[in-house]
Amino acid sequence: MNSTLPEKHILQPSGLKLRQQRTEVVIKVLLAVIAASCVLITTGVVVALVRPTIDFFGEVGITEFLFTTDWFPLYEPPDFGVWPLVVGTFTVMLIAVIIAVPGGLFVAFFLSEYASPRTKRYLKPFLEILAGVPTVVFGFFALNFIAPNVARKIWVFSDVGFYSALAAGITVGLMILPMMTTLAEDAMAAVPRSLIDGAYALGATKRETCTGVIFPAGLSGIIAAGVIAMSRAIGETTIVLLAAGSTANFTFNAGEPMQTMSSFIGFAGLGDQPTDSTGYRTIFAVGSMLFIITFGLNMLSQRIVTRFREVYE
Amino acid sequence: MNVNADVVGSRFAPNLRDSTSTARKSRDKIFLLVLWFATLCAVLTLFFLILTTLLKGAGRLNLSLVTNFPSPFPEDAGIQSAIFGSLWVVITSGFASLFIGLGSAIYLEEFANSTSRITRLITLNIQTLAGVPSIVFGILGLAFVARGWLGWGFSVGTASAVLTMMVLPVVVVSSREALKAVPPSLREGSYALGATKWQTIRKQVIPAAVPGIATGSILGVSRALGESAPLILLGALAYVSSNPSGFGSDYTVLPLIIMKFTQDAQDEFRAVGAAAIIVLLVLLVSLNLLAIVIRDRSRKSW
Repeated sequence: MNSTLPEKHILQPSGLKLRQQRTEVVIKVLLAVIAASCVLITTGVVVALVRPTIDFFGEVGITEFLFTTDWFPLYEPPDFGVWPLVVGTFTVMLIAVIIAVPGGLFVAFFLSEYASPRTKRYLKPFLEILAGVPTVVFGFFALNFIAPNVARKIWVFSDVGFYSALAAGITVGLMILPMMTTLAEDAMAAVPRSLIDGAYALGATKRETCTGVIFPAGLSGIIAAGVIAMSRAIGETTIVLLAAGSTANFTFNAGEPMQTMSSFIGFAGLGDQPTDSTGYRTIFAVGSMLFIITFGLNMLSQRIVTRFREVYE
Repeated sequence: MNVNADVVGSRFAPNLRDSTSTARKSRDKIFLLVLWFATLCAVLTLFFLILTTLLKGAGRLNLSLVTNFPSPFPEDAGIQSAIFGSLWVVITSGFASLFIGLGSAIYLEEFANSTSRITRLITLNIQTLAGVPSIVFGILGLAFVARGWLGWGFSVGTASAVLTMMVLPVVVVSSREALKAVPPSLREGSYALGATKWQTIRKQVIPAAVPGIATGSILGVSRALGESAPLILLGALAYVSSNPSGFGSDYTVLPLIIMKFTQDAQDEFRAVGAAAIIVLLVLLVSLNLLAIVIRDRSRKSW
């Protein structure tokens, strides 16, 4: 088939060629439209959030939103003080990051400098499987294992109930750990081998090479990875919804149930709010906050990579 | 020695003076111990996760689990509607995201000028989409697909559309990588034989990139299969007692039925949830194995 085409091309530039040219143009336009539809999705996200959020702040004063500390938007009478959600989000994120960032960094050190190729071959698929476990399974794990066997044992400040920000935070941290490991490993792989070999040649031990050479040289990538981990932890919904309960407590005790911005959205979505209510619009207002924060963090992470990267050779 | 250390001037130089000191050695040991501990934690997480699930769910893992529908009696409760719901949603969103994702990737890699503003805009967009928390896609679906503009309600079609949008960045990025890996000489050879651009793409470039594209879409599909957050907002967190029959049907999916069972007050129902997790994990692992097989089978060197 193909081999007959060129001949026709050259000898008789007639109907067939015209049809082909038309096909080429049509296909190019079609593909361009498809590619442009990706932009439409992001625009859609922004548009979907902006209108109801503006309506929301027309009904609820921004002072109540920012300067009161009771969050019961779906009750009668409703309270719209966002601080419990902010504190809950921050608490869960902090616990998750405390686990995932150093944890991921250590595993990455182990993989890049200590592990033999054999160990690596077994360990990598393990981490890949862990990274592919659905969040709802982690939520189940949080309730059935982390809460009773870990959270309750390590929290010395108070009793830890069935639902707690602590159990949610630990589990979110464990969920993010494989991603953090991969990103940290990539950052470390970007450090030139000559620098590392130089350290060894000067008599540095593996530890000294890790902490004194690889870590500072890969720092921009590692910090960027940490910021991505923060953004992931803030956006996580299902684990928190399952493990941290659904009361928006205004507390700094991680042993208590808490609600985060994302878990509130999931919780409010369950109640099937009537479309034209303030309660329904609350979902969008909180969604806007969540979108702005995670978007900001992702941008920050990209900035860190491009701005502060140490360039060698 | 002192002089040397100063010349080196590096962070660990002072230690070189006492390279035999036991303090240095024990610091090395402690560091290694910390690394082992972190690695062990990661491995143990997976181990305990599977163990907890098996201990709780193995008793309910039988054929009636996958053939029965949700029921008020825990011993009769099954997940057939969720399995079919997941199949519907995942297969349709898989094809849709493959169509849109591959189309965009072909445009960006083969047609668009890589430095043009439009290309950069689309690329930036896809990066942004990849970082958006999945629950926000649920909000998008709620505003435009389920209610408002399209008004499809809480249906298979809505879920499929939202998951398509969520998975899209994965498919676009991996398809672009796959297309990029096809050597220019292949295209040039095709042009030299008189083929047009589209003939070259269709007959040479895409077939050569199929393994990469397939691996990427399978990864996308397995994300869609495990995703729960956006569908919470789209009415999937419910006991549904019939299989979907079309895009307009009520539906639930495996992750959401697991969530529903896990939240149940009765322990017997939570056991059904654990058994459903095993089913979901088996499906996911087989999908990933398929991706690995495709990747290894068709590894080509140019």
